[in-house]
Amino acid sequence: MNLILDLNLIREADGSHIGGKALALAVLAGKGMRIPRAMCVTREAYDAYVGSTGLRERISLELSRKDFQDMRWEELWDASLRIRNMFLNTPMQEPLASVLRDALNESFGDAPVAVRSSAPGEDSAQASFAGLHESYLNVRGAYAVIDHIRLVWASLWSDAALLYRKELGLDVHHSTMAVIVQELVAGQKSGVVFGINPADSSQTVVEAIHGLNQGLVDGTIEPDRWLIDRSNGRIISHSPAGRTKIVVPSPSGVSLEPLPPELTQTPPLSIEEVELVNGLAIKAEEVFGNPQDVEWTFDGNVLYTLQSRPITASLQEGGKDDRSWYRSLSRSYENLKSLRAKIEGELIPGMIQDADGLDDTVLASSSDSDLALEIRRRLRINRQWDETYRKYFIPFAHGMRLFGRVYNDAVRPHDPYEFMDLLGSPDMLSIQRNRMLEHLARLVMHDPGLARALREAEDLRAFPAFARLFREFVEAFGDLSCYSAQCHEGDAPLREIVLEMSSGRAGAPRAHLRSIEQDEEYFLSFFPEGRKAFAADLLDLAKASYRLRDDDNIYLGRIKGRLTAAVEEARRRLRDRISPVPEGLGDEAVLQVLEDPEYIPAPPAPREAESSQEGFSLKARQLVGQPAGSGIATGPARVILEGIGLSGFKAGEILVCDALDPNMTFMVPLAAGIVERRGGMLIHGAIIAREYGLPCVTGVPGATTLIRTGDQVTVDGYLGIVVIS
Amino acid sequence: MDFEPREVDVVDVHQLSRELRELFSSQGLAVLSTHERGQPYCNLVACASTEDLKKLVFATTRATRKYENIEGDPRVSMLIDNRSNEAADFHEAVAVTATGRAEEVPGDERDAYLALYLAKHPHLTDFVMSPTCALMKVCVDRYYVVSRFQHVMVLDMDA
Repeated sequence: MNLILDLNLIREADGSHIGGKALALAVLAGKGMRIPRAMCVTREAYDAYVGSTGLRERISLELSRKDFQDMRWEELWDASLRIRNMFLNTPMQEPLASVLRDALNESFGDAPVAVRSSAPGEDSAQASFAGLHESYLNVRGAYAVIDHIRLVWASLWSDAALLYRKELGLDVHHSTMAVIVQELVAGQKSGVVFGINPADSSQTVVEAIHGLNQGLVDGTIEPDRWLIDRSNGRIISHSPAGRTKIVVPSPSGVSLEPLPPELTQTPPLSIEEVELVNGLAIKAEEVFGNPQDVEWTFDGNVLYTLQSRPITASLQEGGKDDRSWYRSLSRSYENLKSLRAKIEGELIPGMIQDADGLDDTVLASSSDSDLALEIRRRLRINRQWDETYRKYFIPFAHGMRLFGRVYNDAVRPHDPYEFMDLLGSPDMLSIQRNRMLEHLARLVMHDPGLARALREAEDLRAFPAFARLFREFVEAFGDLSCYSAQCHEGDAPLREIVLEMSSGRAGAPRAHLRSIEQDEEYFLSFFPEGRKAFAADLLDLAKASYRLRDDDNIYLGRIKGRLTAAVEEARRRLRDRISPVPEGLGDEAVLQVLEDPEYIPAPPAPREAESSQEGFSLKARQLVGQPAGSGIATGPARVILEGIGLSGFKAGEILVCDALDPNMTFMVPLAAGIVERRGGMLIHGAIIAREYGLPCVTGVPGATTLIRTGDQVTVDGYLGIVVIS
Repeated sequence: MDFEPREVDVVDVHQLSRELRELFSSQGLAVLSTHERGQPYCNLVACASTEDLKKLVFATTRATRKYENIEGDPRVSMLIDNRSNEAADFHEAVAVTATGRAEEVPGDERDAYLALYLAKHPHLTDFVMSPTCALMKVCVDRYYVVSRFQHVMVLDMDA
């Protein structure tokens, strides 16, 4: 089989070598429809590349680090990024490279082209998922085209594809990718026509924007929309769009620009043009025998078909799983910018206001029923912020991801997470909090009397400078008690942590090898003049995304702290009424006791004893996770479960936990390394570990049960493994 | 001449070393045997050999038992074979046992051994390049070559 084929020479029988998208274009061209000149790089080229470079086995190794069932969406994204980096850093070998280079040179020379995916099998199940694989517009020259072919190949393993791997039948040994290299038609108006409206089968839908289609396809630009009666071709309605932006070719791809004012008042298409586009859908449906989703563009008066695929019943998204929500977390740059404005301008001030507005001084003097009302109010406020968190804050974390991809594309670093070095910020609340702790610890270090007073839980009034700072800390960040043990320990945990930190063995945020300014300059040097401003803006957005990812949890922690304080007051009252108070009594049960003096909560069901097979004992020796912070450390493990175990944390211990929350990271300066069950490279544990230069392994299934407090543990943060001695 | 012949003539030595080179290049994995205070301990390792057959190369992280065992006693044995888990193995398979001493590849030799190792196992790049991973060479002093079920030849290597 040829590695590259002219679209005009493609026959029906080539389908399995070139993918559905390429075949559809070839068929339409054969029926006389106007298609941009194109070549197809066959699946054999992909197979040769991943086979000869060892990439196929590297992808297999990456995807078998743990059972897919145990992988969170974030871990799929991480795996996808790592695989993408493998493609970026693995050059195409000879003779493959020269065969493609010669053919591309001969066909396109230096003319701009579009590089599009055409995965075999895409015409069936995959057609239901838009945006699984990548396309690149306005690429020039054989070397650049070959580079982008590798990126399209890498998108076979996109996070979305991994998410729907079962439906797609994605498999390292059989899945493959063909690529269409198509002459770029720089159309002035573009869009999509759906031969049949998914919402009403009697209609056709035409969507159109000014400029290139990219803006519509990736959801950045809202299109004008026409509904057409399928039975007679009459336009039923036209819904104009806001029309503010346009995607145009730029020296390095495409760029989003403000729409020239004279176009904002003009629909992209005239009535006649809408009818011509509708004609495309009718023709494509005739050719293929079923309704098609056709992308098109107008260059002057000439209407081109860019791609055509069948409209299939879309696979069930949403419903019983969260995958459609995960997919919705991938946001465009524009969307992220408006999210940031909302978060910084409205949501964070709102959180601070709500936390400040909850006054604990009234709790002790309120009646039982007033206290119950107050708890309900605080529960409501908490729930509301939890929802806000899910709706706005979590998607905003995608800012880091978007930046990471742009960084890797431009810089091509060996470490796909090098970009995080540019995002670190000493302004992060968790870092500020830890600096304050370090300051407190330094005061203790130089004053044995103060150390004794802390140890003996004495009054701190004799040490006014320390007492003032201690008070300021509690006001800003709470007394840490609710994250270190049961909440009724008062300020004992905070005293303990300060004492332990004063032992002189606590770490500090690492000094960066290069300054952040140098890193930034290095990053920006990869962009041509015209793109530097965009790169700098994206970096700024990513920094905000990184900082807020941590800070929002601290603000949320303050609000949760107020709820906990009210519930604690209720528990204190319960202790006067029922003794002992059952362990693990939920907030709702506490409320019921307050509201109903007769109510006695049922004791919780006893936990079943762990079963073990007689005669055998099983323990873990080496566990695999993700390398989330480089370095290696050995020390005794301290397993933290739901905050329990944080108090008493000793310098030099390895922190082992289920999921680290920024409200819990105050003991990170004491830790020698971090192991987390929850997976991801951009989660709090990984972020704070990087700030402190600690080895960190995340995504270790069963970490908190397979490792026990006191086990001697080695954290290998380079390879992402944990060895238990 | 590469080897000190024992009980066979020179022609056979060249033939045998050619066969060993073929076997070693066809097999990705070898069994490594170390011991901890006399208790034998076996592992599968991805292995490569030098052209002169005097060195076998593998990689391990330093926090492993095998690395600890080698630190305690560098004497090791390795098994490389081409069995296919069929009855025919008894007459067809060749199994080669190597004995020798293992050590971490010193800095000035690292580039050459790394290139040799990655040429055979390109997908292990990230693993071998980790600062926590040690590239090990075994200086082989003897090969025991078993074929045709019970035909055993012993190949002593020059020091």
